[in-house]
Amino acid sequence: MSALAASPSKRILTKGNEAICLGAVAAGCRHYYGYPITPQNDIPEYMAAHLPALGGTFLQAESEIATINFILGTSASGKRVMTSSSGPGISLMQEGLSYMAGSELPAVIVNISRSGPGLGGIAPSQGDYFQAVKGGGHGGYRLIVLAPHSVQEMYTLTMLAFDLADKYRTPAMILGDAIVGQMKEPFVASAYDTASMVEKPWALTGCAGRERRNVKSLHLKDNAIEIHNWKLYGKYERIRKEEVRAESYMLDGATIAIVAFGTAARVSKTAIQWARKEGIAAGMLRPITLFPFPEREVFELAKKVDVLLVIEMNTGQMVEDVRQCTPQHDRIAFLGKPCAMPTPEEILERIRLLAGRKG
Amino acid sequence: MSAPGKVGFSKPVYTRPRSLVDVKSHFCPGCHHGTIHKIVAECIDRYGLREKTIGVACVGCAVFLYDYIDVDVVESPHGRAPAVATGVKRAQPDKFVFTYQGDGDLAAIGTSEIIHAANRGENLSVIFVNNTTYGMTGGQMAPTTMLGQKTSTTPYGRDFRGDGYPIKMAELLSGLEGTSYSARVAVSTPAQIRKAKEAVRKAFEMQIAGMGFSIVEFLSTCPTNWGMKPLEAQKRVLGEMSEYFPLGVFKERKQADFA
Repeated sequence: MSALAASPSKRILTKGNEAICLGAVAAGCRHYYGYPITPQNDIPEYMAAHLPALGGTFLQAESEIATINFILGTSASGKRVMTSSSGPGISLMQEGLSYMAGSELPAVIVNISRSGPGLGGIAPSQGDYFQAVKGGGHGGYRLIVLAPHSVQEMYTLTMLAFDLADKYRTPAMILGDAIVGQMKEPFVASAYDTASMVEKPWALTGCAGRERRNVKSLHLKDNAIEIHNWKLYGKYERIRKEEVRAESYMLDGATIAIVAFGTAARVSKTAIQWARKEGIAAGMLRPITLFPFPEREVFELAKKVDVLLVIEMNTGQMVEDVRQCTPQHDRIAFLGKPCAMPTPEEILERIRLLAGRKG
Repeated sequence: MSAPGKVGFSKPVYTRPRSLVDVKSHFCPGCHHGTIHKIVAECIDRYGLREKTIGVACVGCAVFLYDYIDVDVVESPHGRAPAVATGVKRAQPDKFVFTYQGDGDLAAIGTSEIIHAANRGENLSVIFVNNTTYGMTGGQMAPTTMLGQKTSTTPYGRDFRGDGYPIKMAELLSGLEGTSYSARVAVSTPAQIRKAKEAVRKAFEMQIAGMGFSIVEFLSTCPTNWGMKPLEAQKRVLGEMSEYFPLGVFKERKQADFA
């Protein structure tokens, strides 16, 4: 039994990666498949140790390509299923993710991202933003993308990811990085509300007492693929309208607003507190959902503040989405670090500069 | 049914299998998919599996499995059927799971998935249709294309010096510990069809008994892409193809490793 099942609402000191596992197990996920890659190996290791006792399945695949197709098969069976990987492994999964989006199959995919492109390095990075939010694989689809910035959110957003994936019949991604995955802090293991679980009348379980079912993404008949694409578009539009999540942090009276997600946002909170002590009105809008992106929130915020400071652990990816929501591009500043966490000092320095102050 | 008292046809001995959908075949004249589908459907019926089966269709001509076999079917990406089937079987170990794959699918892009599914001894059955070419994409070279065979991407004939040799998958997979049954059959004569059905039955029995991974390789035709009339295509299977790809059972496990 996991510690979680034994005592819900308990404070647990653990790593972000393990909090993901606890959230998945709490949300009824009993099937995990994966392939080792740094810096997320705590996840398959936890699942290998705990899922069998819970009556579940852990299986280490021969590759990430096989992994995502194990996921496809288990998802088509109507079960909650998860995998985790990091940049290069997620790239290998893109084929399967496109098929799953096309076949309308839910699953939770965790990317504890590292720096790229290519083999890159194992340093924390947010360089997979484009890949995560713009589809990644072929054919034009979206993933629901959630970006936790604490161990608490690694837990709660994993539970949410399962609910959203099932609700919309589409894969959902947890986009973290090596820091939020590896850091340890206490979190409250709240109980999962099973009322959020939905029926799956499309699942393949053998056709006893009913017509046969197919789960597929091929549509060759007249207009069928066009109709299917508009159906998927409608779903993504609904997600855009109904599922945006963002945190407003110290935005009252702010003249400088940071826009950052995940670890970059976590560090920014410290810099904002320091800036406020110096009398600089800084705050932050933190997208929790990267798709759907908080477009309206960014648009409204841009009207109120002097400058939007986008901070990312890459050379600038989300900043493109911020620009798209903000008419005055000359009021957008960017601070990027492709392969490291920006320090609070670095962020504070940039805030001071934008406020016209010297440090 | 015949009238009472009459000798003869009082009991039907040859009917459409319950698991075969009553539709016209869209396959090219002389193609063997229809016969192979029928054998699969008959074996599903024989063991009463229709209501607990999940089929895995791949890409290429084989993808239309779900138009012909009256069971739940999930479609997989090119070559990944053994991985998708693994995901289905691990989630539903009480169900009957089979894949239906062509040679480009199983022996080229999906080599990794088939070898590892076999090696894990996944308790599922694979129907492998080898017609030595990529059918749906227009007759390009497959890993099973014969030496000297002209295809749209071996216009001067397959040459082992650049293109390698045709892969013998049934033999290759029989060498893996996790494989419980591996056989190669053909359906070019009534006698071969009977033997093919025996092989599929045996493969299905392996899964039912929990013995692990089973595969039946079918030598099949593609008259359209071979540029042959159906009868010429049959002759090619009976001659050249059967010589290089011998028919027979390459492995038959008697007892499960993990009872």
